[in-house]
Amino acid sequence: MSDSLIIAGKAYASRLLVGTGKYKDFTETRAAVKASGAGIVTVAIRRTNIGQDPNQPSLLDALPPSEFTYLPNTAGCYSAEDAVRTLRLARELLDGHDLVKLEVLGDPQTLFPNMPETLKAAETLVKDGFKVMVYCSDDPIQTKILEGIGCVAVMPLASLIGSGMGILNPWNLKLIIESAKVPVLVDAGVGTASDAAIAMELGCDGVLMNTAIAGAKNPVLMAGAMKKAVEAGREAFLAGRMPKKLYSAMPSSPTTGIIGS
Amino acid sequence: MIEIVLNGAPRQLPAALTVAALLEREGLAGKRVAVERNGEIVPKSQHSQVAVATGDRLEIVVAVGGG
Repeated sequence: MSDSLIIAGKAYASRLLVGTGKYKDFTETRAAVKASGAGIVTVAIRRTNIGQDPNQPSLLDALPPSEFTYLPNTAGCYSAEDAVRTLRLARELLDGHDLVKLEVLGDPQTLFPNMPETLKAAETLVKDGFKVMVYCSDDPIQTKILEGIGCVAVMPLASLIGSGMGILNPWNLKLIIESAKVPVLVDAGVGTASDAAIAMELGCDGVLMNTAIAGAKNPVLMAGAMKKAVEAGREAFLAGRMPKKLYSAMPSSPTTGIIGS
Repeated sequence: MIEIVLNGAPRQLPAALTVAALLEREGLAGKRVAVERNGEIVPKSQHSQVAVATGDRLEIVVAVGGG
């Protein structure tokens, strides 16, 4: 069954997107990304370490852009201006690649998104030809505004970045999913496999995570677990779950032909 | 002698030079980097034409692991 994730008209086999930060080394990064089955990987844009050996191994060697779709992010940006500058550099760095992850942070403690700055940056980037996947608050009004601006995917938080607290407000996610015409991906908050499955069962189009895998005791094993959880959650969503009821008085086995009756 | 700000730190260079020559000096020639000069992207195709002058603010960036 072909059930691709379609973003900006392009099909991706995996509905799991993964970050590439916080790993022990590039060998572990690659092993975990491979185990996750992800085709889209997020990367950060940072200043070169002037004066350091430029021949040290790089992320590009571990995860060649020919093999993965890079999704450059604006992590660490607290203003629309910085986010736009960062992604223009990313586009230059990646030979005109225009699929990007916008995130404008509000404060360094919670990493909660600054929505006014996020909206401002989204408008500039869309006008500038970027395909913007946007990290945002789990607010169905904000996601509609972002969709109206022309973002190609909305990515509400399930709980705070790096918290591993899971899906804290499934009802808001439901509202976003019901109203959105672009893909909805949970970005941030997933802690373990069941969280990813819940997000997908709710009807999310995908899940983006980093710390849940990189911060596990065995990241490669967790990456495989997340792959299965996203697939299982997606299939359960498509299958349509049975209704919940307190009791049914309808056993699964026949009610007739019972001996002694 | 010219003075620039490279990745946020003051830097003295012996003479005016192109972006391509600066990358060469830093051992970054042929590496996948992007360059911004005074807030504007310097496209790869122009690295050997655009000159670095005193007072310029340059940013040289790479892709690193991130979420």
